[in-house]
Formats: sequence, structure tokens, C-alpha cells
Amino acid sequence: MQFQKTTSPYLHNNQSVSHVMRQVIYALIPGTLVYSYFFGWSIILNIALACLTALLSEALMLTLRKRPLAFYLRDNSAILSAWLLALALPSLSPWWLIVIATLFAIVVAKHLYGGLGYNPFNPAMVGYVVVMISFPQHMTLWLQPNAGLDFSQALQFLIQGELNSSINMDSITSATPIDTIKTGLSLNNTIAEISASPLFGHIGGTAWEWIAGAFLLGGLWLLYRGIINWQIPFSMLVSIAILAGIFYLVDPQQYSNPLFQLFSGGTILAAFFIATDPVSASTTATGRLIYAAGIGVLTFIIRTWGGYPDGIAFAVLLMNMAVPTIDYYTQPRVFGAPGK
Amino acid sequence: MNEDTRTIVKNGLWTNNPALVQLLGLCPLLAVTSTVINGLGLGIATLLVLTGSNVIVSMIRNFVGSEIRIPVFVMIIAALVTTVELVLSAYFHPLYKTLGIFIPLIVTNCAIIGRAESFASKHSVSDSFIDGLMMGLGFTAVLVLLGAIRELLGHGTLLANADLMFGQAARDLTITFSEDYPGFLLAILPPGAFIGLGLIIAIKNIIDRRMVQRTETLIVTHTETAQP
Repeated sequence: MQFQKTTSPYLHNNQSVSHVMRQVIYALIPGTLVYSYFFGWSIILNIALACLTALLSEALMLTLRKRPLAFYLRDNSAILSAWLLALALPSLSPWWLIVIATLFAIVVAKHLYGGLGYNPFNPAMVGYVVVMISFPQHMTLWLQPNAGLDFSQALQFLIQGELNSSINMDSITSATPIDTIKTGLSLNNTIAEISASPLFGHIGGTAWEWIAGAFLLGGLWLLYRGIINWQIPFSMLVSIAILAGIFYLVDPQQYSNPLFQLFSGGTILAAFFIATDPVSASTTATGRLIYAAGIGVLTFIIRTWGGYPDGIAFAVLLMNMAVPTIDYYTQPRVFGAPGK
Repeated sequence: MNEDTRTIVKNGLWTNNPALVQLLGLCPLLAVTSTVINGLGLGIATLLVLTGSNVIVSMIRNFVGSEIRIPVFVMIIAALVTTVELVLSAYFHPLYKTLGIFIPLIVTNCAIIGRAESFASKHSVSDSFIDGLMMGLGFTAVLVLLGAIRELLGHGTLLANADLMFGQAARDLTITFSEDYPGFLLAILPPGAFIGLGLIIAIKNIIDRRMVQRTETLIVTHTETAQP
């Protein structure tokens, strides 16, 4: 069949999957560098292990599914999922935790659903949730900022799941700022008292605010390059800020301020890199606003009243589930069709 | 064993397996298969009810009008479930407590009323007996297999709590594979049941497809060699 050729102007479009994924990975680099500046080699090692596992399991699944290996491996999507997953996992993770999470992300969440473009759920978040609910006790080892772990120590923990007995784990790990607030509140302390701890910086946690800032920079660059749409990050951040703002105004002793909510945990990373996953996110403009607002609201609810440390993964997966319905009801009117 | 009986047996165990092909009775299937023993216990209970209801429904099939057959089937099944429940409570009380609500819920297992309606009400007593037995065995096999997978991944053991079913002597049946296994909670939780069942169904489909391919190639080679 011959399609009728339209006249100029043609829109130039160089947005291949491989290109888009590579741009997103570039945008992750500043945040990742700042992250490892504060927390050491563990971060880089976790990412490397996750990417390696992702590439191997992707190759395995492609072989099983009889798909062209080189073509799909070069699209960078597995690396991106693994990278995001490794950023979400605790900084001190044993190797098997990372491998299991990545395997679930690539094998179950991506390929069993039909591979890139068919997965209804964000693979990285599926991998995270699987290990979160399976091994809660291993998901708590967050390094303290500037804990001073060198390369060999980081590698040792990755392989053995523990450090030399000479190092006291309590002196190098600490709860994340969000966890600290939750525990503090349950002990009837006020936010002001809790925030006096050196874990808290100017707006978010110490170090965490800088990391979030670097991810924000990368995210803005993606927006500028037109790789992601503005609706998802905007709507997610605004919905968290509004909800947090309302509760902060009602009782500033019980609820942390909106800026803290935005610059701690994975809020920024999720808003620009995770929720914007083109496959599992909503595809219409209005739909994206609703989808991301849902993620924001659910994140705030789970964070504030839920049992899990940071609710982003659950929020993203729950809204992934709602995407087909959202897309169905937000179809834009076809040009020329009668209005409502 | 004549051809009909063989078909019934094959249907129950494989071709038309209630859990893998008809996808009936998934609620108890997914809920209680966290260990082998739980799966086996519920499987046997279902097997007894299914065989009994098939036989009784087949016996009365010529005396019950089609307008009221469903209520009659349900009452027969309910009576049998109550019997099984009382027997379990009397002789296997710990197992009865572990399985809990899922014993009385066998009444609502659609595999049972499905067989009563689609098979027993149309076939002789002996055929219905074999059908009930084989469907029950097929269901039990899947329960045990899924229970084994989930228990192995989730706890790193097999046949834990065997004493619930076989008495104190069976306490040593438990096989522990690794003493300091961290436990994979997902396998024990409901998602593990869904993923596990999905994988078992997938494997069954692969085997089926391989068998079809093999018979096809056999036919092809036979016809090729038959030609002069």
C-alpha cells in the first residue's frame, strides 16, 4: 500500500527509543555523581551490578523469546530501568538483593508482559516493591552521609552482606530523614525537635537536598530537550506540595513542611525520571496531569500515614494500574469531530 | 481400561485439569497453597467432596427435574462438605484450624458444581466416579505442586508441619534446605500464588505445544516414508 505523501514542512524527529533512553541516562549522571560524592562507592557499585544483571537477563529473555539480540540490547531501556532501580535501593545492599530486584524488573515486569512497550507496570518499581515486601529487614541499611566507606569496603559489603567486625554498623548507617521523622513523631516529638538532628539540612536531609537538586537539574534538562513532558513532573510535585502545605498550615508540629517533602526521599527523582516512563505512564495531556497528581497524593498519604518508608513505588504502581482507565476518559477530541 | 475411561482419566489429570485449564476453584487454590501440607490437605478434602458429589448427582440424575437441579446439586455438595469438615475437625484438628474458612468454602468451589452440571448429570455412576476422582487428583496435584514451589522459595523447606496431617511420627519428614535462608516473603504472599500458578500454566502450555509439534512431525515423516 502506498501512503499519500504530504507536502512540506516535515517535522524532523530523531526520537528513537535508544536515543531517548540515552538522553535520560545522561540526565541521571549529575544526580548519581552527587549521590556517590556523599555516600561513596556503594552507589556506583550498586548501579554497575544492577546494569550488568539487567543486560544479562534481558539477553536471556530475548533469546528465549527468539527476538533479535543486538537490536534490543542496544536500546538502553534495560540499563535505564536497572539504573533507576539501583538508585531506589538502599545504599548498603547485598548483591543478591540487587540481583533479585533486577531479575524481577526485567524478567517478570518487562518480558513476561511482552517486552519494551507492552509492560503496564514500571519495571524498576516492580523490582523495588518485590524486594521491599520480601526482605524488609534488608531494606533499611542506608549509609550516613560521608560515612567514609572506601572502595574495598563497599565491595566487601556488596559481596558478603556485612563488613569487618571492626566497623560498627550503627556508626555508619542511619535512618533516612523521612524515617527519622516518622519514628520521631511516633515518640511524640515535634517536627522542630526532630529536625534539630544533624541529619537534616536546610530544606531536606543533609546531602539528600543536594542530590535532589542535582536530579532536578537533570530533569529540567530533559524537559528542555523535549524528552519528557512538563505535565507529569509538574502535576506530581504540585500535588505533593499542596497536600503537604495544607497539613503544614494546620499543624506544623506534626507535619513537615512542603519543601522538605519535595526535597527528601525520592520525590524529585520519581517526578522527573520514574513517573515519566513513556510506556507505563498515561499518554494524553490531561491524563498525564491526573496520573501524576494521583502519584503525588498517594505518595504523600503512604509517606505520612503508611507503614512503608517512602510510598513512591507503591504510588507509581497503583497509578500504572489506573492508566488504561485514565487514557480512556481523557482521549482528546479528534480534530473536526463535533464537541461535547 | 476402555477408551472412554482413558479419556476421562486424561481429561481430569491433564487435558481439562480443573486448576490449569478450566481455572476453576482458584480462590482456595491461591489462598491455601503456602505450604505442601496445606495444599495436600485441601486437595484431599476437595477430592472427597468432588468424588462423592459426582456419584450422588449421577445417581439422582434421572429423578430431578432440570428446573430445580442446581439447588439440589448445591444441597448435595453442602451436605458432603459439612461431613468432610466434621471429619477433619474430629481427626485432623490442627490441620482443620490451619485451613480455616477454606474447608467450608469448598461448597463454593466452582470445579465441583461444574463437574456435577457438565459431567455427572449426563453420565453413568461409574464414569462419574472416575471423573470426580481424576478431576480431584488433578486439582490436588496442582495444589501440592504450587504449595511445594511457594514453600521452597518462601521458607526454604518442604513438607513443614507434616505432623498436622500424618501425626507426630511425620515430624521428621520436613526437609530443610538451608538453615539460614532469609525467606522470600513474596512467594508466601498472594502475589507469589498468582505468579506461581501463571508459571505452571505456562509450562503446561509449552509441554502441550511440544507434544502437538512432535505428533505433527511424526505424521509428516510417516506420510513421507509411506509415499513411494
